Amino acid sequence: MKFTKLAAAAVAAVITAAPVMADLVVPSLSYRTGPYAAGGIPFADGYADYLTLINERDGGVGGEKIKITECETGYNTEKGVECYEATKGDGALVYEPLSTGITYQLIPKATADNIPVHTLGYGRTSAKNGDVFSHVFNYPANYWDGASGMVNYLLETNNNDISGKTIALVYHNSAFGKEPIRTLEELGKKHGFKLTLLPVDHPGQEQKSQWLQIRREKPDYVLMWGWGVMNQVAVQEAANVRFPMENFIGIWWSGADHDVLPAGAAADGYKAVTFHGVGSDFPVYDDIKKYVVDAGKAAGSGDTVGSVLYNRGLYAAMLAVEAIKDAQAATGKSDITAGELRDAMENLEITEARMESLGLGGFGPEFKVTCENHGGDGLVGVAQWDATAKTWSLISDFKPTDSEVIDALIKEDSEAYAKENNIESRCN
Amino acid sequence: MFYREAGDFKTTYADDSQTFPIKFDRYRYWAVLAFAFLVVPFIINDYWLNAVVLPFLIYSVAAIGLNILTGYCGQVSLGSGGFMAVGAYSCYKFMTSFPGMDIFSVILLSGFVTAAVGILFGLPSLRIKGFYLAVATLAAQFFLVWLFNKVPWFYNYSASGQINAPERTVFGYAVTGAETHAWAVYLVALVFVVVLAVVARNLTRGSLGRKWMAIRDMDIAAEIIGVNPMTAKLSAFAISSFYVGVSGAMFFVLYLGAVEVGEAFGIGKSFIILFMVIIGGLGSIFGSFAGAAFMVLMPVLLKNVMVGQLGWATDLAAHFEFVIVGGLIIVFLILEPHGLAQLWRLAKEKLRLWPFPH
Repeated sequence: MKFTKLAAAAVAAVITAAPVMADLVVPSLSYRTGPYAAGGIPFADGYADYLTLINERDGGVGGEKIKITECETGYNTEKGVECYEATKGDGALVYEPLSTGITYQLIPKATADNIPVHTLGYGRTSAKNGDVFSHVFNYPANYWDGASGMVNYLLETNNNDISGKTIALVYHNSAFGKEPIRTLEELGKKHGFKLTLLPVDHPGQEQKSQWLQIRREKPDYVLMWGWGVMNQVAVQEAANVRFPMENFIGIWWSGADHDVLPAGAAADGYKAVTFHGVGSDFPVYDDIKKYVVDAGKAAGSGDTVGSVLYNRGLYAAMLAVEAIKDAQAATGKSDITAGELRDAMENLEITEARMESLGLGGFGPEFKVTCENHGGDGLVGVAQWDATAKTWSLISDFKPTDSEVIDALIKEDSEAYAKENNIESRCN
Repeated sequence: MFYREAGDFKTTYADDSQTFPIKFDRYRYWAVLAFAFLVVPFIINDYWLNAVVLPFLIYSVAAIGLNILTGYCGQVSLGSGGFMAVGAYSCYKFMTSFPGMDIFSVILLSGFVTAAVGILFGLPSLRIKGFYLAVATLAAQFFLVWLFNKVPWFYNYSASGQINAPERTVFGYAVTGAETHAWAVYLVALVFVVVLAVVARNLTRGSLGRKWMAIRDMDIAAEIIGVNPMTAKLSAFAISSFYVGVSGAMFFVLYLGAVEVGEAFGIGKSFIILFMVIIGGLGSIFGSFAGAAFMVLMPVLLKNVMVGQLGWATDLAAHFEFVIVGGLIIVFLILEPHGLAQLWRLAKEKLRLWPFPH
């Protein structure tokens, strides 16, 4: 008897997950559990809080309220697929999966379903070539910009000469961590540095052997492509082997407050590249405090406001809202579809004046999306951690990356994808 | 009343040894097949396919495979995830190297490649058993995942190490890639599952299955009565790996479409398949299906109830899911150590007497 009841409940529960058409639906494929939750929580909070702010302060976008449907993926691709299928029926406008693995799943699916995917500083780098990846956007910067930005920073601090230096790359052994390898190899040939690869397996708590190798080989610099619990462990291990923190640079996913706090004073001087501003010294935070936090509507436990990844989630939400505004202006109606939003994203232009009007002046670089370029200009800055003040601060402005090397690689990779999947050129 | 042997006369040996000796079971079997082939394709949509039906079908094949090895032949294996990876990566290599090949032969060939790898990693079973064998297969799991991460040839030197399934069609309908129809993918998976399950059921009833069970129950006694332990164990490894490989290939081409070995085929996958076999029932084909259904449906159901119906926060629901599924596993193992298949057997015994139990 028990089992028939259970089965009936199962059927009932799945049926009731049927689509509900209402408002502007923005799904949030978040992960608040598992080994990557440390990064997933602040990002999801920032994303949700900005959308809540728009609802509370402006009454939605163009009079239409935004409905956030959150779905827990646990950074797991199978759950990600389930979440995608569960939310797309609601009329989902744009996906922000915050996982390179899930992005790879969604690229063909979302393209077929005519729903845009925005991968802010992650995902498949060659998706910058909008000619091939019509529904994937990775503005304002991608992994290869990050890699090149790191090398540029090293060049800058070494009087433009890093030939003969050794650089070790500590990376998460997955699609995410492997992304920069080819770019760094190319840059190594160009600038004459030697690259050592040190993979760290999921979830990243086991790094003793990698750091022993670093202690033995004494590379001049260590770069890191880490995420989740791996970052904290790496910073701690670096401190344990007495690796000078100022020569240790992480990608933007390895540069959050919770990554460096556990190592305490030893983490002082650790650097990470970034493509947006740090801290909560922006006017929009006053509104968030007033309309969202103080009103008790903050997502999660509300203790992540102003952290690095909260800022990034907020930035992603801001870019989504601006694209929705553009789509409404272009179509003349407030209730837009995912396809119309995709067209608007392809013509999105973020200027300093526009960010200023949103209370985010100077928060990110200016960029303009075109049919051929879905990735923006790839301006990358460097932030440094101050362990006594417990703050990140920008030590290098947003600067251009080595487009000569990156563009050639993007062309190569995206054309291989186009050939494998018979994608016709659609721009011009 | 309906469910009984009495009155169902068998006049030939073939009749006497058929899979379902009871008439009601036969009708039920054909009814389930008819529903699966004739009704479900018309009502299935993307959500049902990708969230429920496809993972269930694919994990069923994997669970049948592991059940052959562990349930029937008694060789504990923790390498299922690695063997699934072999299936997926050989599938990818076949698809990209020979674009003209159809999807059925690609998936079957991937199964054969996995069978060969399975025999290789089954060799230690000739000398060691029990926990020691489990450790040896655990080594296979880690070695295979490492191999597919380390050697770029396996992922065609792509920048990210991901493999992507190119589009393939069956009778003009896409079944892999982006432009698929739910019903087409479903039918391909269903054909594989039904054929493989029928084959497995008959293998385990035949002389090969009896040899496996003899080895499982007591290997020395089996050897004395004339069972060759080498062929019995290696055939179990080969056939089990074939099934697991086919499921890995389907997992990659039909279900996910893009796969990364560490994430998709890690040690967690091996454990999930082992749980399916244990919860479903060791040494039962029906148990493999029941176990797969339990492990696939339970989380989806709980999530829909807690988030969809009760409106709980997603992280709270995800944590509760662990608690509830974990708790249910323990409850099942205590109340019914022989798994869901044993519940089914008991139900059948009761049905025979129903409605006059005395």
